[in-house]
Formats: sequence, C-alpha cells, structure tokens
Amino acid sequence: MKPPGKLPGGLGSWPLLRQLTGPDRTGRGAAVRSARTDHLMARTATADRVVKSVCPYCAVGCAQNVYVKDERVVHIEGDPDSPVSRGRLCPKGAATLQLTTGESRLYQALYRPPGGADWQEIDLDQAMDMIADRVIGTRRATWEWEKAGKRTARTMGIASLGGATLDNEENYLIKKLLTSLGVVQIENQARVCHSSTVVGLGTSFGRGGATTFLQDLQHSDCVIIQGSNFAEAHPVGFQWVMEAKARGAVIIHVDPRFTRTSALADLHVPIRAGSDVAFLGGIINHVLSNELYFREFVLAYTNASTILREDYRDSEDLDGLFSGFDATHRHYSSETWQYDGMLTVAASGQRDEAYDTDYDEHVAGGSETHGAIGHSMEGTPRRDETLTDPRCVFQVLKRHFARYTPELVERACGIPPELFAQVCRHLTENSGPERTAEFVYAVGWTQHSDGSQFIRTACILQLLLGNMGRPGGGIQALRGHASIQGSSDIPTLFNLLPGYIPMPHAHRHETLNAFLMADAPHKGYWADMPSYLISLLKAWWGPSARADNDFRFDWLPRLTGSHSTYDTVMAQLEGSCKGYFLLGENPAVGSANAKMQRLGMANLDWLVVRDFNLIESATWWKDGPEIETGELRTEDIGTEVFFLPAATHTEKSGSFTNTNRMLQWHHQAVEPAGDARSELWFMYHLGRIIREKLAGSTDPMDAPVLDLTWDYPVEGSHGEPIAEAVLAEINGWDEQGDPLPGYSALKPDGSTSCGCWIYCGVYKDGVNQAARRKPAEEQNWIAAEWAWAWPDNRRLMYNRASARPDGSPWSERKKLVWWDAAQGRWTGYDVPDFDATKPPDYRPAPDATGHDALSGIDPFIMQADGKGWLFAPSGVVDGPLPVHYEPQDSPVRNPLHPDQQRNPARMLFPHEHNRANPSGDDPGAALYPYVVTTYRLTEHFTSGSMSRTVPYLAELQPEMFCEVSPELAAERGLVHGDWATIVTARNAIEARVLVTRRMPALHLDGKVVHQIGLPFHFGPNGVVTGDAANELSSITLDPNSHIQEVKAFSADIRPGRRPRGPGLTYLVRDQQRRAGVTEHTGMEI
Amino acid sequence: MSEDRPGDQTDVRMDDDLALRPEREAVVGSAGGREPRGDGRRDKREGRWRGERRRGERAMVPEADFRSYYGLPVLNEPTWHDYDIAGYLFLGGLAGASSILGEAAELTGRPLLARAGKVGALCAIGGSFYALIHDLGKPARFVNMLRVFKVTSPMSVGTWILSAYGPQAGLAAVTAVTGLFPRLGRAASAGAGLTGAAVATYTAVLVADTAVPLWHDGHRELPLLFAGSAMAAAGGLGLLAAPLAEAGPARGTALLGTALEAAAALRMERRLGPVAEPLKQGKGRLARLGEVLSAAGALLGATAGRRSRGAAVVAGAALLAGSACTRFGVFHAGVASANDPAYTVEPQRARLAARERQENGVRE
Amino acid sequence: MSADPATASGYTTHPQRMGFFTDTSVCIGCKACEVACKEWNHVPDDGMTFTGMSYDNTLSLSADTWRHVAFIEQPEPLGRQEPGVGGMDFRWLMASDVCKHCTHAACLDVCPTGSLFRTEFGTVVVQDDVCNGCGYCVPACPYGVIGKRESTGVAAKCTLCYDRLGVGQEPACAKSCPTDSIQFGELDELRERAARRLEQVRAAGVDSARLYGHDPDDGVGGTGAFFLLLDEPEVYGLPPDPVVTTRDLPSMWRQAGIAAAVLLAGIAAATWGSRT
Ligand SMILES: Nc1nc2c(c(=O)[nH]1)N[C@H]1C(S)=C(S)[C@@H](COP(=O)(O)OP(=O)(O)OC[C@H]3O[C@@H](n4cnc5c(=O)[nH]c(N)nc54)[C@H](O)[C@@H]3O)O[C@H]1N2
Ligand SMILES: Nc1nc2c(c(=O)[nH]1)N[C@H]1C(S)=C(S)[C@@H](COP(=O)(O)OP(=O)(O)OC[C@H]3O[C@@H](n4cnc5c(=O)[nH]c(N)nc54)[C@H](O)[C@@H]3O)O[C@H]1N2
Ligand code: SF4
Ligand code: SF4
Ligand code: SF4
Ligand code: SF4
Ligand code: SF4
Ligand SMILES: [Mo]
Repeated sequence: MKPPGKLPGGLGSWPLLRQLTGPDRTGRGAAVRSARTDHLMARTATADRVVKSVCPYCAVGCAQNVYVKDERVVHIEGDPDSPVSRGRLCPKGAATLQLTTGESRLYQALYRPPGGADWQEIDLDQAMDMIADRVIGTRRATWEWEKAGKRTARTMGIASLGGATLDNEENYLIKKLLTSLGVVQIENQARVCHSSTVVGLGTSFGRGGATTFLQDLQHSDCVIIQGSNFAEAHPVGFQWVMEAKARGAVIIHVDPRFTRTSALADLHVPIRAGSDVAFLGGIINHVLSNELYFREFVLAYTNASTILREDYRDSEDLDGLFSGFDATHRHYSSETWQYDGMLTVAASGQRDEAYDTDYDEHVAGGSETHGAIGHSMEGTPRRDETLTDPRCVFQVLKRHFARYTPELVERACGIPPELFAQVCRHLTENSGPERTAEFVYAVGWTQHSDGSQFIRTACILQLLLGNMGRPGGGIQALRGHASIQGSSDIPTLFNLLPGYIPMPHAHRHETLNAFLMADAPHKGYWADMPSYLISLLKAWWGPSARADNDFRFDWLPRLTGSHSTYDTVMAQLEGSCKGYFLLGENPAVGSANAKMQRLGMANLDWLVVRDFNLIESATWWKDGPEIETGELRTEDIGTEVFFLPAATHTEKSGSFTNTNRMLQWHHQAVEPAGDARSELWFMYHLGRIIREKLAGSTDPMDAPVLDLTWDYPVEGSHGEPIAEAVLAEINGWDEQGDPLPGYSALKPDGSTSCGCWIYCGVYKDGVNQAARRKPAEEQNWIAAEWAWAWPDNRRLMYNRASARPDGSPWSERKKLVWWDAAQGRWTGYDVPDFDATKPPDYRPAPDATGHDALSGIDPFIMQADGKGWLFAPSGVVDGPLPVHYEPQDSPVRNPLHPDQQRNPARMLFPHEHNRANPSGDDPGAALYPYVVTTYRLTEHFTSGSMSRTVPYLAELQPEMFCEVSPELAAERGLVHGDWATIVTARNAIEARVLVTRRMPALHLDGKVVHQIGLPFHFGPNGVVTGDAANELSSITLDPNSHIQEVKAFSADIRPGRRPRGPGLTYLVRDQQRRAGVTEHTGMEI
Repeated sequence: MSEDRPGDQTDVRMDDDLALRPEREAVVGSAGGREPRGDGRRDKREGRWRGERRRGERAMVPEADFRSYYGLPVLNEPTWHDYDIAGYLFLGGLAGASSILGEAAELTGRPLLARAGKVGALCAIGGSFYALIHDLGKPARFVNMLRVFKVTSPMSVGTWILSAYGPQAGLAAVTAVTGLFPRLGRAASAGAGLTGAAVATYTAVLVADTAVPLWHDGHRELPLLFAGSAMAAAGGLGLLAAPLAEAGPARGTALLGTALEAAAALRMERRLGPVAEPLKQGKGRLARLGEVLSAAGALLGATAGRRSRGAAVVAGAALLAGSACTRFGVFHAGVASANDPAYTVEPQRARLAARERQENGVRE
Repeated sequence: MSADPATASGYTTHPQRMGFFTDTSVCIGCKACEVACKEWNHVPDDGMTFTGMSYDNTLSLSADTWRHVAFIEQPEPLGRQEPGVGGMDFRWLMASDVCKHCTHAACLDVCPTGSLFRTEFGTVVVQDDVCNGCGYCVPACPYGVIGKRESTGVAAKCTLCYDRLGVGQEPACAKSCPTDSIQFGELDELRERAARRLEQVRAAGVDSARLYGHDPDDGVGGTGAFFLLLDEPEVYGLPPDPVVTTRDLPSMWRQAGIAAAVLLAGIAAATWGSRT
C-alpha cells in the first residue's frame, strides 16, 4: 500500500505530495494513508498463541478461541470449528474478554471478622489455614455419628453451594473432599434450575438429560418452544431453530410474554404462567380422542398396554388426589400406582418414596435419583395389546385427560380455542412416521411447585406422538450454566453420588449389600449399579476400600431426609448449620426468597465466598437490603466472612458439560493473577491442609478423609493440580492403572476404579476425548468427533426408537439407527443407544436379569421394563400422572379441581418471612391480584454477577424493569418509563415500568388476568443495580426435586418507588395485615 | 403428503454441505395461521408527522409512527460548539470583508478607515483561527489540515484559503500600523482584499456541505447571506472605528450588506418551507434578531451616523452584533434542524414521492 | 455513479469490494454484534441509561456505538405470523444498524485531514492517528453514523474491521451474529443474494419487506452495508432518501463564487459610490 511514485526523502510521507503525484488525486484513498494504517495488524494475527476454550456463561457451550500475547489474554472470539456454535457467540460470550480481564475482577483475598464494619486484606495462605481450622473445628463440634439410633456419620454444621459454573473436575473434588469430611449439604444451581427435569425426563425415559442435541433441531418439522425463551437464553443454539425454519418447520412459542423468541416464531401462544399442564393435557386429550397418536410406536415402545392394579384411583376419581395420599405428612404412597402382576417388594424393592416416618424432616430428593435410575421391578406386568382393557395405561390416560378440553384450556390458560386448535393441528400434522416434532423447554417449566409434572406431561405427549428417539423429535431440555449438566452428573447435590447413584439413607442402608439390594434394579442397565458404586468407592478410597470392609461404604455420610439448599437455609436460620461455602453461586440474589438467604447467612459462624468479584452474597452484611431497612445491623452480625478471588475459565483447564451432555475441555490460557485461584486449587489445597492438620489422628471420624486418595500432581507457579489427572480418575482405570474404555468394563469386585461411571470413556486410550476438536466441516452433522458426550458418545438418546420394532427405519426421511441383519448389528448415523448386537426379535427369558431382561424392542434401556412411561408407577412422588394444579400463590381458582387448589404434595416452609399470598377466591386474594413471572434477558446472566459487572453487557439493560400490558398500566396508573412498586407477602421491590403489548392481558373464565414480567438479574452490587426479583418469591418447592416456584406467583403493583428504610417493612406488613396473611395461611393441603 | 409441504428439507441426510447456511433462508412468520395482508400504511403516514413530533410523555413502548424511530434524530448532532464555530463564521466574515473594505479605503485614500479594516481583519482572523483550533478535539493536530488539499472538503479548501489570506492580512495590518515596507504592505493588502472575499464566503459552503437540513438545503442562499452579513459586520466595524469623514464606504457597505442579507434570508425561508422553521424557533430566532439589529444599525449609520460620532458608534456596534446574531442564529437553527427527524425525513419523503409521481407520469 | 470506489481512490490493484448485507428478518435482537464490536475495537461503553424504547437502551450509532440494534413494537402483521397478543396485529422488529460505507461517503469527502480514507476493500475508515477532531464528518454523514469521542477528541465509527479484513478474517460483529443476520462478503455477491432473499420473503407473505441501500443509483451511490428491512427506513431511524452532501458541492462553490463577487462588487460600489 505504499504510495506510488518515488518522492525524495521524507517528503514521500507528505500525503499532499502523494496526492499530487499519484493516482489518488482527490486525496481520499491511497494517498492519505498514515504510517500506522499501513502497519495495522489484527491482534488475532499477532497473538503468540491461540488457546481452545468454551464460553463460561450458558450451557450451549459455544467454543471459543482465546488469543494470548505476552502472557495476557488479548482477545476472545468464537471458534468456527464447533459443530454446535459454528463460531458464533451471543453478547455474553462476546463479552468474555471483559468478564475475564475487566476492571470489576478482584485479585485480593479479603477477610471480615465477626462484627467487623469492613473488609480487611488477608494473606491467601493465612486465609486457607484459617478456613481449614474452621472446617475442622465446626466438624468436630457438630459431628453426628447417629440420629434416632441410625448411623449417620456426618456433620450438619457445614454446607456448600455452587458448582454449575465450575469444571467437572472441580465438582468432583468438592464432592469427594466434602463427602469424606461427612458433609452432606452439598448443593449447586442444578437444584434451583433443572432438578425437576431429571425427575420428569428420567422417570419417563430412564435418563434425566435432554434427549437430543441442538444440531438435530434442523430435522424437526415442528418446534414447540414452551417454558423456554430460546432466542434470549440460548441465542447461539437458536440458530438451529432458524435452520429448521429454513427447511420448512413451523415454530411455535408458548409463553406468557411475546419475547424475542416469539418475534421469530410463526405462532405465539400467550399462556398464563403455571398452567402448562392444562395446555399440554389439552393436547393429549385432543390426540387421544381424535386417534391421532402413533399407534405402532405407542404399542411397542411405551407402557400404554400395561395393566394397572385394581385399587388404583385416579385424581379424576378423587377430586384431584390420587389413591394413597397421607394428608398428615402431605405424602403419597405409590403402592396402588404399580403395574398389575408386578412384584412390589415392600421394603427392599421399593425405594425412597416410602415415606420416612422416622424423621421429622422433608422427604429426601429421592425421585430425582429415580428419575435418572429407572426403577426396580420384579416380575412381568400384564399387558393388553388391544389397548382396550379399562385398566390398561392407555385407557387410564384417556380418562385422566378427558376433561382437558379446549374450554378448560381457555379457562385455565387464557388461550382462545382457535389458537389452541392451531397448535394441535401443527403438532399432530408434523408427527408420524414421515415427520417429527420437537419440544424445547427450560426453566419456564421446571420452576413450579409441580414442575416435574410439567415435564412429564410433555413426555407423555411426545411418546404418544412417537416423537421420541427420532431425529427432529425428542425433548430438548435447555439447561442453564456452562456446566450445570456436569454438576448434576458429577453432582454437588446432597442426594446423589456421581452418575446418579443415590446417596445412602441412614436407616435402610447399613451395608453395601442392603443398599444395592434396595436400590439397584434387577432389570435394565441399572442392574450394573454394583460395578458403578464399587468402582466409585475405589476411586475415592483406593487401596483402603476392600471387599472385606464393604469398600468403605460406611464412610459415606447418610441422609435422613431432605438436605437441599432450601433446607440448609432453614438449618442456618435455626442455627444448626454454621459454616457455608459459596463456590460460585449468589443466593442473595439468585435463590428464592433472597431475604431468607441473607438472614440465614447472618446466622452463620463463618462463610467462605469464592467468586470473581464482590457479589451480593459476599457483602450483604455491610450493604444488604436488611441493613437499609434496619432489620440487621452490621456490628451485630457475627458471621466471619472470607472472600477468595476465583480464577476464570481462561485461567484454568477443565471440562464443562453442555446442555446436551457433551463434555468439552477448555485449556488454560494464562495463569491467574494475584490471589485468584481455581476451585481445583482451592479444594485440593484445603484438603491437603486439613489432612496435614489431622495427620496421625486416630479418631474414626477422621479416617475417611485421611484415607482419601488425594495425591494429585501439581503444576505451575501456584501449585495447580493437573486437571487431566482428575479427569483420568473420573474416567477410571483398571488394576494395571490403564484407562477404561467405557462403563461396560466396570467390575463389581474392586478391580476397577471410576469416579463417575457415565463419564467412563472420556479418557479412553489415555486420550482426553473431551478435548477433541475435529472441525465440523470435516465431519457429518452429528460430529461425533467433536468432544465427547455421555452415554458412550451417543448424541441422540433412545435412538433405537428411530426404527420400527422390526429394526427398519420408520421412514427414509427420518432414519437414524437401524438393524443391519447382514452384519447382525445395529448401525446408523449415531452411536446406537442399544445393545449393539441384540436383534429386534430378541425376547428375554422370564428369569433374565440386567440388560438381558430387555427385549429387542425395548428402546428405553435404562427403564426396568424398557418402555417409555406414559404412566409412572413410581418415581414421581406427587402422582403417576400430571394434574393441573394452581401455583402456591395464584389469583385464580383451580378450574379443574376447585377443591384441590394446589399440588397437595408440594413442599412448604412456613416462616414469618416466607408467608403465602392468599389464593383463588380466598379472602385477601384481591390484594395480590396479578400473576408475576420472572425470567432472563439476553443481555444479562442469572444473578447478574457475570453481567451487571461487565459494562458492555450492563449498558444494554441498565435498570431493573417490569413489563406490563397497557390495560394493566391503565388499571393501576402506571406510567411508562416511571417507577412501580411490586408487593408480595414476602417483600416489595421497585422497578422501572415498561408498558408493552408484548405482555398480553389474558381472558379466562370471564375474568381478565394481568401478568407482570420481571427479569431476575438485578441486585444492589455492580455497574448497574436494581432490586432483586427474588425479594418477592417464596420458598415453595416441587416435592420431587425441591425446586422453587419462581415462575408463577401473585403480587400487587402500584405506581411510584418503594419506601426506603423501615417504611419498606411496614408496607409489606401492612399489606399482609389487610389481606389476613399469617404464617399459616395458604399452607393447607 | 410431502410434495406440497415445505418441510421436505427436514429429512436426515449425511451429505449436507456444511458450508451452506440455510438458516439465512428462514422466513419468519411464513407458517402462522393468518392471511398476509398489505401494509396499507401510506394513508396512515399522512398528516401525522407534525403532530407527533415531540417525545414527551409516552403511555407505553411507543408504537413507532411512520416517520421516525422514537422521535430520535436521524442525524448525529454537530459536535461543534456555538461560540467556536458560529464565532468562527462571524469572525471569518468580518475579517474577509474588512480586508476588502480596508483595501478599498486605501485605494480611495481613506487611511484611517483602511487601517481600521486591516487591523480589524487581522484581529478577526486571529480570533477565528483561535476558535477553529479551539474547537478541534486535538488542537495540536491542527497542522494535519495541511496533509492534503481536498476540493471535496470546504474545510480543507478553507484552510488553504486561510493560509493564503492569513499572512497577507497580517502583513497588511502590521505595515499599516508601523508604516514599514509600504510596497509590501500594499501588495499584501490587495491580496488580503481579494482572498478576503473567499474567506468571507467559503464558510457558507462549509456549513452547507453537511447533511444538516437547514444548512444543506440552504446552500443556494447561504453564501449570499453570509456575504451580506460579512459586509454588514465590516461596515459596522468601519463605522465604529473610522472618523465620520472617512466612514462613507462603511455606511454604504453596511446598507448594501444588510439588504443583501435580508434578501437572501427571505428567499431561503421561502424556498425551504418547513425546513426553515427552526429559524423562527428557539435560538434560531437570533437570526431574526440579527437582521433587525443589522437593519437598525445600517439605517442609523446612514442617517444619524453621518453626523454624530456617537450614533455611528452605536450603529457600528449594532451591525457587528447583528452579524454575530445572524451567524449564531443560522448555526443554532441548523443544529435544531438536525435534531428533529422531521426535517430529515419529510423532505426526503416528499422528494421520493415526487420522483414516484414523475415516474408514474412518465409511464402513463 | 457506480464506479468502484477503491479504484477511484487511487488503488490500482485491490481486492473485491467488501460489505455487509444485514437481513433484519432473521435478527433476534441479541446485540452480540454490539458487544463483539466493542470487544474487538475497544470501544468504550456508551452510558447506562434506561430509555423505555422497547429493549433498546443504546439509542443510536455514535462514536461509542458502532453497531446499534433497533427494537420496534408495531401493531402491524408480519406475514402469516400469529402474534397471539389479543386479536390485534403485532410484530416486533429488530435490526442491527452500522456505518454504510457509502460509495460516495460524505464523511470522507469533507474530512480536511485525510483521516477518513477509502481502503482497498472499498470501505471508509478513520485513521485516529491523523484525525484532529474537527468534527466536520459528524454533520456530514446523512445517516447519523459517525461521532466524535469526547474522551479522545477524535472521530470514531465502524471500520468494517479493517484490521481483520487485512488478515482475511470477517468482521467481529458478523462473526458473532448467532443467526447470520449480518452477512459479510463481496458486495456484488451480497447484492445478488439480497435480491433473491427479498423475493423469498415477499413470496412468503411478508410484503412489507424491502431492500435499503442496495441500489448503486441512489443518493450515495449505493452503500457497502445494506439491509433487508421490514418497514420503511425512517421507522428504523434511517433516512428514506439520503444524498451525499458533496453531490451539490459544485453548485455550492459556484454560489460562493457569486457571493464573493457580489461581496467585492458591493464594497467597491459602496466605497467608490460614496466618493463624492
Ligand atoms: N441470556 C441469558 N441466557 C441464559 C441465562 C441468563 O441468565 N441469561 N441463564 C441460563 C440459565 S441458568 C438457565 S436455567 C437458562 C434458562 O432459560 P429459559 O428457561 O429460557 O429462561 P427464562 O427466561 O427464565 O424462562 C423462559 C421463559 O419462560 C416463560 N415462562 C414463565 N413462566 C412460564 C410458565 O408457567 N409457562 C410457560 N410456558 N412459560 C413460562 C418466561 O416468560 C420466559 O420467557 O438460561 C440460560 N441462559
Ligand atoms: N426469580 C427467579 N430466580 C431464579 C431463576 C429464575 O428464573 N427466576 N432462575 C434460577 C436458575 S435456573 C439459576 S441457575 C439460578 C442462578 O443463580 P446463581 O447461580 O446464584 O447466579 P449466578 O450469577 O449464575 O452465580 C454464579 C456465580 O458464580 C461465579 N462464577 C463463575 N465462574 C466461577 C468460577 O469458575 N469459580 C467461582 N468460584 N465462581 C465462579 C459468578 O461470578 C457468579 O457470581 O437462579 C435461579 N433463580
Ligand atoms: S452464553 Fe451461551 S449462547 Fe451465549 S456464547 Fe456463551 S455458550 Fe454461547
Ligand atoms: S454512513 Fe456516514 S459515516 Fe458511514 S461512510 Fe457513509 S457518510 Fe461515512
Ligand atoms: S473529525 Fe477527524 S475524521 Fe472527522 S472530518 Fe475531522 S479530521 Fe476528519
Ligand atoms: S465491522 Fe467491525 S468495526 Fe464495524 S461494526 Fe462490525 S465489528 Fe464493529
Ligand atoms: S448479532 Fe445478529 S441477531 Fe444479534 S442483534 Fe446483531 S444482527 Fe441481530
Ligand atoms: Mo439455571
């Protein structure tokens, strides 16, 4: 680009001369270039190296290229090789450079002494030492060998929360170390996010993960997005919806609000938040009564023909309750829900759903495990292949949903019958052998007091339409955080061990054998649970775990009920839980009833917060809302607080598991600066220090931690444990120490070791399979050589169902996996999710066990009967079939069961700060007349600590707002752009008013119901701030999964800002008083 | 069934060309249940834009009306400061015209008027240079103006004009005051006089060569308006500084200038129609004030100013103030016209409509 | 009018003219383009103000916003879409705006320093080591694109990622766009693609669709970044019929010449006229 013509010396750099002598006579191009311009070079081209990584925000798992120059990250952008993201990023992914290198990050460890007014800087080593002392001290002080005469071997004094943002390797060390210390209250975002998914999908199909993968959306003929705001919450994944659309698919969005997803859809169907069971039930009724189901599929692959017990009573018979309800304990016995002719082994065959009267605690989250595990089942149930027996599942189903008419849909959901008919038509026209339809949902379904049942309803529908296991079909559960799937798989969850093995319970599980007898089904793939569990125990306790000591099974602390994060909050308030780790979670904003979260923390002895910056959960003691109202005073708060800065994904290596069960490795680009460290470092060194301090102890409570295998190699200037070494342990090895190729190699005799059986194979051949990055262009659309997915690198689960019972594809258009008779194997595009050599005509011998007990036409191989469950004989604690119930707080009377307003089995936490709004036509309900729903914005992330602190994101949505319809604005005098105050029985917040037609008013039952939309990303810290939506929500949980109901509750709204100081408390109390709210109202069955 | 259904491309194939990005072809809303219908919005647009111009209080997320995006300007507001750039326009005009008047006075033997013109021109041009540089985001980089000579850039052309004019005006003034180098002084004075005409008028092109509706659309009249205003200012300066005896040319210049300015302004307002509205609103009204002041000054100068030195001084001051007001008025009115999308959109819409009519007419 | 701008600007050999086709009909309003641009170009944030303008809190293009996504809520239908907001027509339009890289770029024409220049790709770029912050380009741009950044005192706008183009990479905004609403490529090819796309969208019933800026015969000689819009340009804050101001420059200079002559003559008349 040098100027043409030769000019003497320095004059050549005078553009005027170049202009006069060269071709650029007008001086608008070549002549006027500056020296800097001539030497311009993109920093992507001058970087020293490019490091492969993965976006740390959401579970789409977009691949990133991290550019490093002079040991600093200078740029981050999409990696075009990824088959999922194809190089694209959403605004959050695009802001990753600012997230990881921006000014809001903290690099100094901080300490707040009890009663202290402010932070003090603290030396990192000293902080680690103090934290180790706190753990040891609290553990000693609160150790519990037994409870009510049953061995528990645990401490209830310590809890930990967080994991969905962390690597699998980090979650693994958290679970391993804390469990060995006897801590059971280990939880993460998976609880508050998608736990009901595991129950819903797991009980229906056998595994709790999304059944398909994003790229397969392109094969769908009809995509129904419901309970998900796909385009906003998973923007890069949404390209596959556009792909489907380009190929001719119909896109339907069912959502209370017209969102950015609706804008791109063919149909937007406004729905009252919390009424999806009625809507989906209506479609089921339409399908059944018009004979639109896929009969051959239903007959062969579901339990439609199975006959139920004679004493089963449906909710339609008992006014909204199923048989077996125990009103005192708000609990069902599932005995009458069983298949007829199936042996129900009372104490051993059944698992946790037998209500545990030994304890006064909430029932443990057993069904979540069941969800993943399938169910033990003995004997062979009776079937009626004609589907006419009145007691067969099919007929029960028909009766159960018969009242879900279009009229009911309109009364419950506010959806006009014409619109409803359009959905029915599109869905059914696009299902069948030649066509497939897919459901996509996320937390619009999960976060309800009957969230598991929302998902179950969709499972039933998809099974009836034959859309399971087939390309373009299935149920896409869009999960939340970068590795929330991973933190469920390697669970930092109280009720699970890695790979969905249940945590043992105190009374029933004295010995390994008793546990396995009770919990391992004898049919299906879960029959191999002994191999999985014993290999896990070997991974944790190595040589110390031997057959003669039950492989140290009794070193696992025992559960005595529910110890979920919300139970932990209650334990903190009551004083039994004294120490708390927050490892990448921000409950002071993100969890339901934020005030209770903070009050719980104010009652702790010590709190350790590890995060990038000073999140609300770290600073509430000096500037939280209760300080403002005067409910708390800083100097009175005795909690000792440690803040340790965390390393970002660019500063550590490890794997994230994306929404479709795909493990992707991100490589460290640079070392973390200052005191910033990874969770891997923190857990490893905390364990090391504790073990050093306890060395030589003969106290039996210390043996599990002293004998723990904890000798990871370290590297780098900070002594960072090598993440791949942890991954190798997770994958497992044989006696020679060679990596195992897959979970079928696991043995129950202690000769194999494996940290998480479903991940076995990720380190096959000693190769980090999660780090595989064969470019998408060099592979077919399945891209099996990009990273690694569980199970066994299958991308589309239950894909046996993509073929007819005889093994041939349902249709040429939709073929995926089929039986190759010549070769005697299943073959196809994806890895078959089936015994590769089991022929379609295989039928098990009556006494067969394990996978041999499944026939050649049983595609749901994790289920004990190999079938998709239309009816769930066990595993779902609030009913074998979904029923429409109203949310805990609802201005609407249940139109289906007027006398059974809410889910009878929902989990409640009566407390002065957790009061319920009056519902339906109860007195006082008119004081909370509107439906509130909470949700996300493309521009922010969850509690906001990864977006409100990032100016490039913060400026895009700079203030908390509420979305209301013009009608509601008129009714309440709300002014667009002005302020409004929203009030519930818990608290009140203020928000800017956005009056928009995108919030349609609903007409149901002759009544207009208005909805108020609230993004939940705001809180008091960060570059932009605002009141948190979770000040308003209550702790009311789904009984299966213990997920909170934040997607639908009622509230009042009024113009103007909220009062400051004690006036706020007064406002809330006054409204309660006028509505007659007490701790006990709304708590009835 | 699949023949007439668009979903045919959803079949599973292993030979997909991944380089294709079919999602670009997604047609949103193509499969919903409604019959598509035409926009029918042409009639809705009519008569709406004036009534809805103000942003004001809004009942809801405003439905974008048919001519603007939330009432926001289409153009970016000029970043120029009024005191710098309007001041620059004024001082440039004053300088240029004063040089001419000075030279004319010199040629006609009015040394005091000549000296006033030359010194005034130097001061004014100094001030205008200062204003110009002061307005730069990077004043130290003023010299970058000399990197190029761009006929497409009035500012570039103006810079070179100023480079030619400035030294001559300086020499003319210095020699006039000191009496040194009279020959050189005469040459410089003549040069400054000639280039002064360019200095006084190019500024009109400077502002007209923008997308600012009032300035751009006024490009036919603005040069004359600026020339008139410059004459009025120079005349005012002459009235102010020269003894009554020598002030005749100043009085005449003021009168002529004022008349020229008024005529140009009138013509411009007539021709521009609604786009000239900002001249009658807000700070744009300074332009009208300027006209009144100039007219008053010129008249006063031509009457009482002939006899009374005091009246001449008052008239001169009024003329200077009038010229300044005119420039500030035009400046602000321009900015206001840029800030209201109506002035950008409406004329363009009218133009399009006219073109459409013409095309239809041709076809008929 | 449609001469190749790079050739006209003194590049004897040069690559194909590059540009953007922004197809707003597939935009999901995610603003990835805004953020990716800021990250790549180190553009500072543009203020934290809630506007109430639907989901747009960025307002418009400026020195600190080189990509801007507009959000428009309208009681209008979108093809066959069933909006389900209560029996009325409704649609939510989103569109990402950017510098048009005009064939005849006013900003570039009026720049007195040569800071703004035409690149070999036919794009228009500010050289911020040259710009002296005179601000002339700001009112010159008929689209309201370029601005002067207070903190640095120099003009700033989209560079069409000149540095990235130089090493064969696509611009940061286009690369990030999740739905490929922003398509980058050779301008000729993009224009063909856009024409096909318009037909397709119209055929599907979205008859308010139109192209904007694609026409080499328009007032700026066609833009290097052009759009498929679903409503009239002014609804998105775009001028309906922009004209490069320098098109009238000859006439302006002529008028100025006349004015100068009048000025000279007038003073002469006043001077010599008052001689006696
Ligand atoms: N931009 C962005 N992306 C994210 C996140 C983020 O914070 N920001 N978070 C990530 C996480 S952790 C998660 S879990 C996912 C969540 O992803 P989504 O579930 O898509 O997110 P939400 O916005 O919470 O809820 C989705 C939609 O549910 C609707 N909704 C509310 N109640 C109901 C109901 O009762 N029925 C129906 N049918 N719809 C209802 C809301 O209006 C909302 O549009 O997103 C992930 N991705
Ligand atoms: N009202 C309402 N409430 C909700 C929801 C809703 O829709 N409505 N959604 C729920 C859902 S789905 C979720 S998932 C939760 C999310 O709520 P939270 O999980 O509480 O919110 P996040 O902001 O994601 O918190 C994650 C924290 O981890 C930090 N972090 C990120 N990476 C690392 C790391 O590597 N190490 C460490 N130590 N820290 C790290 C981040 O900075 C951030 O502060 O909110 C739930 N709450
Ligand atoms: S937040 Fe999710 S969609 Fe956005 S770039 Fe990251 S992984 Fe992709
Ligand atoms: S749009 Fe404006 S800033 Fe961009 S090239 Fe055209 S005139 Fe210049
Ligand atoms: S501000 Fe800079 S880029 Fe704009 S015209 Fe002036 S010198 Fe050129
Ligand atoms: S092309 Fe580059 S500079 Fe221009 S808007 Fe896109 S990212 Fe920004
Ligand atoms: S990145 Fe693409 S989809 Fe997102 S706002 Fe920009 S143009 Fe639209
Ligand atoms: Mo989540």
